[in-house]
Amino acid sequence: MVRYLVRRGGLLVASLLFASVALFLLLRVLPGDPANALLTVDATPEQIEAARRQVGSDRPLPEQFVTWLGQLVRLDLGRSFVSTLPVGPEITDRLAVTVPLALTAFALAIVIAVPVGYLCARWSRTWYGATISALSQLGIAVPVFWVGMLLVFVFALRLRVFPSGGFPRAGWADPGAALTALTLPVLTVALVMSASLIRYVRSATLDVLHSDYLRTARALGASSAEAMWRHGLRNAAGPVVSILGIELATTFLGTVVVESVFALPGLGSMLVKGIMQHDYPVIQGVLFVSTVTVLVIGFLADLAQRLLDPRLRRASSGRSR
Amino acid sequence: MTRRRRSLVAGAVLVGLLGAVALLSLLWTPFAVSDTSGGRLAPPGGAHLLGTDRLGRDLATQLMVGARIALLTGLGAVAIGGTLGLAAGLAAGFAQRWLDDGIAATLDVVIAFPTLLLAMLVVAARGASLGSAVLALGLAMSAVVARLTRILVKRVLALDFVTAARTSGTSWPRVVAEHVLPNVWPTLVVNLALQFGLAVLAEASLSYLGLGPPPPNQSWGRMLQEAQSTVLTAPAGLVAPGLALVVLVVGANLVADGLREVADPLAGRAS
Amino acid sequence: MNLLTVDMLTISGTDGRALVSELSFALSPGERLGLIGESGSGKSLTALAVLGLLPAGLRASGSIRLQPAGGEPTEVVGAADRTLRRLRGRVATVVFQEPLTALDPLMRIGNQVGWAIRRTRGLRGSALRDAVLSALAEVGLDDRIARAYPHEVSGGQRQRAAIAAAVACRPALLIADEPTTALDVTVQADVLALLDRLVADRGMALLFISHDLAVVARVAERVLVLAQGVAVESGTVTEVVTAPDHPVTRALLSSARQLDAALDGRQP
Repeated sequence: MVRYLVRRGGLLVASLLFASVALFLLLRVLPGDPANALLTVDATPEQIEAARRQVGSDRPLPEQFVTWLGQLVRLDLGRSFVSTLPVGPEITDRLAVTVPLALTAFALAIVIAVPVGYLCARWSRTWYGATISALSQLGIAVPVFWVGMLLVFVFALRLRVFPSGGFPRAGWADPGAALTALTLPVLTVALVMSASLIRYVRSATLDVLHSDYLRTARALGASSAEAMWRHGLRNAAGPVVSILGIELATTFLGTVVVESVFALPGLGSMLVKGIMQHDYPVIQGVLFVSTVTVLVIGFLADLAQRLLDPRLRRASSGRSR
Repeated sequence: MTRRRRSLVAGAVLVGLLGAVALLSLLWTPFAVSDTSGGRLAPPGGAHLLGTDRLGRDLATQLMVGARIALLTGLGAVAIGGTLGLAAGLAAGFAQRWLDDGIAATLDVVIAFPTLLLAMLVVAARGASLGSAVLALGLAMSAVVARLTRILVKRVLALDFVTAARTSGTSWPRVVAEHVLPNVWPTLVVNLALQFGLAVLAEASLSYLGLGPPPPNQSWGRMLQEAQSTVLTAPAGLVAPGLALVVLVVGANLVADGLREVADPLAGRAS
Repeated sequence: MNLLTVDMLTISGTDGRALVSELSFALSPGERLGLIGESGSGKSLTALAVLGLLPAGLRASGSIRLQPAGGEPTEVVGAADRTLRRLRGRVATVVFQEPLTALDPLMRIGNQVGWAIRRTRGLRGSALRDAVLSALAEVGLDDRIARAYPHEVSGGQRQRAAIAAAVACRPALLIADEPTTALDVTVQADVLALLDRLVADRGMALLFISHDLAVVARVAERVLVLAQGVAVESGTVTEVVTAPDHPVTRALLSSARQLDAALDGRQP
C-alpha cells in the first residue's frame, strides 16, 4: 500500500507538471499574441510593443514558462489583463458558489441514483423497471442547459417559487437567498447526472445479482436481502466508486454551462468571460485550478477503489492490461 | 424482431430523418437564414411554422440549418477522433512496456478532463469557429477511442490464434489487418456511435455559451441561448431545438445499442 | 423414507420450452446418486431446482420434496423463500463448479466459511473461530487460508474452502455440481477423494452431477442419465457401464474409455 501510494502520488505530481506545461504551451504556441487582449484593432506598433512588454510575451518562451511556474509555486496566478485585479482571490470568491453547487448536486445525484439504479436492476424483468431504465436512457441524451431552461420556465417564470437566476450580492452572508438561488441549479445538475449514474448503479447491481457468490450464499441459506447486504454492496461499490470519481470531476466543471443558464458568479462563468475577452491569466488560472481538482479527485477515487478491493491491493500495478 | 434489432431500426430512422432534413437545407429552406421579413417573435403557425426569433428570422429555417451543423460537428469529430484514436490505440496496443505505459498514462490524464473543458481550451487558443469546435471535440474523443482500442488490441493479441500467427512469423501489418482490426472494429463502431451523440451535446453546450460556430451557422445550442432571453414572450422557441437535440442523440444511442448485437465477438465474452 | 423425492419435475424457460421434462428420482439418506449428461442436458438446473434457486425467468412444476430424518417433508416447488431458507444449508446445499466465482472475491475465506457455521449452528466469538479452523482442517486447509482472499489461493484450495463451507452446515444432502471440472487434472483426484471421505464420514447423501462417467463411477452407486432434459437411463453404476441401453449413454461411455485408453497410452 505504501509503495502504491508513492507510485500513485508520483503519477499525480507528474500529471500536474504535464498538465501545467500543456496548458502553458497550448495558449502560447498557437497563433495569436496574449497582448492582443489589451489592444484595439488600430493599435500603433508602439502600443503593441508596450502591451507585449506589459504582458511579458516579448520574452523567450522558456523564460515565460519559468516565470509562470515560479508564480504557481507561490500560489500567485497573476493579474487579469482586463480588470488588472489578481486572479487568485477572484477564483476563491467564485469557488464559494461553484463548490457548494457541485458538491450538493453530486450528493443529490447519488441519493437519487443509488436506490433507483438498485431497484431498476431488481425489477429488470418488469415493465416498470424497463420504464425507469428507458427514462434514464433518455436522460443522458438531454442537454443539461435545456433542463435548466425548462426548470426556470416552470418554477421561476410560471410558478415563481424560485428566482430565475443570479446570486445575492451579499453572497453567503445572506444564506436564505443564497440557498434559494442555488436550488434550481443544483436540481438541474443532479437530475442530468443521476440519469447516467442510474445506469452504472443498475449494471453493477445486475452483475452482482447474477454472480455465483450470491448464489452460493443463497444455497447456504442467506435471504436475498442478507446476501445482497453481506456480499452485494461491497462488490457493487467498487465499479460505482471509480465512476463517481470521474462524475465528480465532470460535475465540478460541468457547472460551467449551468452557471451560464442561471447567471451565477461561479468559476465556469469566469472561464467563459475570460475566453471571450482573451484574458489569458484568467483562462490559465481557472484551468489550472480545475486541473488540480480533477487530478486530485482521480487520485482519491483510485485510493478508495483500492481500499475496497483486495485484488487491486496485491497487484503490482493498478492499471489493467 | 429482437429488442436490439428494433433499437437499430428506430435509431436509424431518427438519425436518418434529421440527416434528410440537413440535406434538404442545402437545397431548400422555407426562408433565407438571414431573412428578417417575418416580424419579431411571430408565434408558430402560418408561413412561419415554428414562428420567428427576436430579429424576425424564421425558426424552422434555423432548425434545418442547425441539423446540418449538428450532424457536421458529430461526423467531423467522429472522423478526427476515430482516426487519431485508432492510430494511437494500435500503437499503444502493440508497443512495449515503457512506451505503452507512457501512452496509457497520458490518455488517462486527458480522459480525466470533461470534453467540454478541452473544447473550451481549444476555442480559447483558436477562436470560436465551426472548425475549432470539430477539432476540439475530435481531439477529446480521440483519447477515449485510443484507450478503448488499446485495451481491445491487448485482448486480441492475447488470444491463442493470434499468438500463433505472430510467433509463426506473420508480418505485423498482416496481423493487424487479418486478426486485430476484424476483432476490434465492431466494439469500436458501437463506441463511435455513442461518441457521436456526446459530441453533438458538447457542441450544443459550446454554442449555448457563445463559444461555438458564429453566425450564420445557426446551431441548436445558439438557438436555445437566443430563445432564453425571450422565453416570457415566446416560450415556443425553447421547445423545438431542445427536442431536435434529444431526438438526434437518442437516435445515435439507439443505433449504438442496436449495433452491439451485430458486433462484439470479444466484448460479449468479456462481460 | 426418502430424503429427496423428485416427482415429474418439469423446468421451462421464458419461451415456454421445457429444459427438463417429467424427471423423477429419489434419494434415501446416505445414498449416492450420479446425475450425468452432456452440457445443456438440464442436470445443473435440476440441482438448482432442488434448492429452489432457479434463475429468474425459469419455472419449475411437478414436485420436489425434502424430508430430513425425523422431520416433516417439505414441498420445494412453489414454496415461499422463508420456507426454503430453513432447508438450504441445514438439509441440503450445493458445491458449484467454478470455485473462483463461487466465493466472494472481496471477503476473507474464513469469514465466508464462518458465516455458514454461524447461521446453521449459532456459534459466536472464539467458538466460531475454532469451528472455522477445524472445518478448514477437515478439508486439508491450514489457518493461513482462513485469512486469505479467494484470489490468493490455488483453484484446488478454493474448491476445498467451498466444500468446507457447505459441509460445515452439516447438511443431510450434499449436491456437487461438476465440482472437479474447473480444476487441474492433478488436483481433481484429491478433491474427489476428499468428497468421498466426507460423505462417508458424515453419512450425507450425495447428488453428484457431472458430464464425465468415469468421475461419477468413482463416487456414486447409482446413475441417472439425462439427455435434453429427459431421463434416458438409470441403474447401478455397474449395470450402466457394462450394458448401456441408450445411445447417449454409449457415447458418454466411449468417450470415458477413450480418455482412459489415451491416459494408459493404448490404442482404443
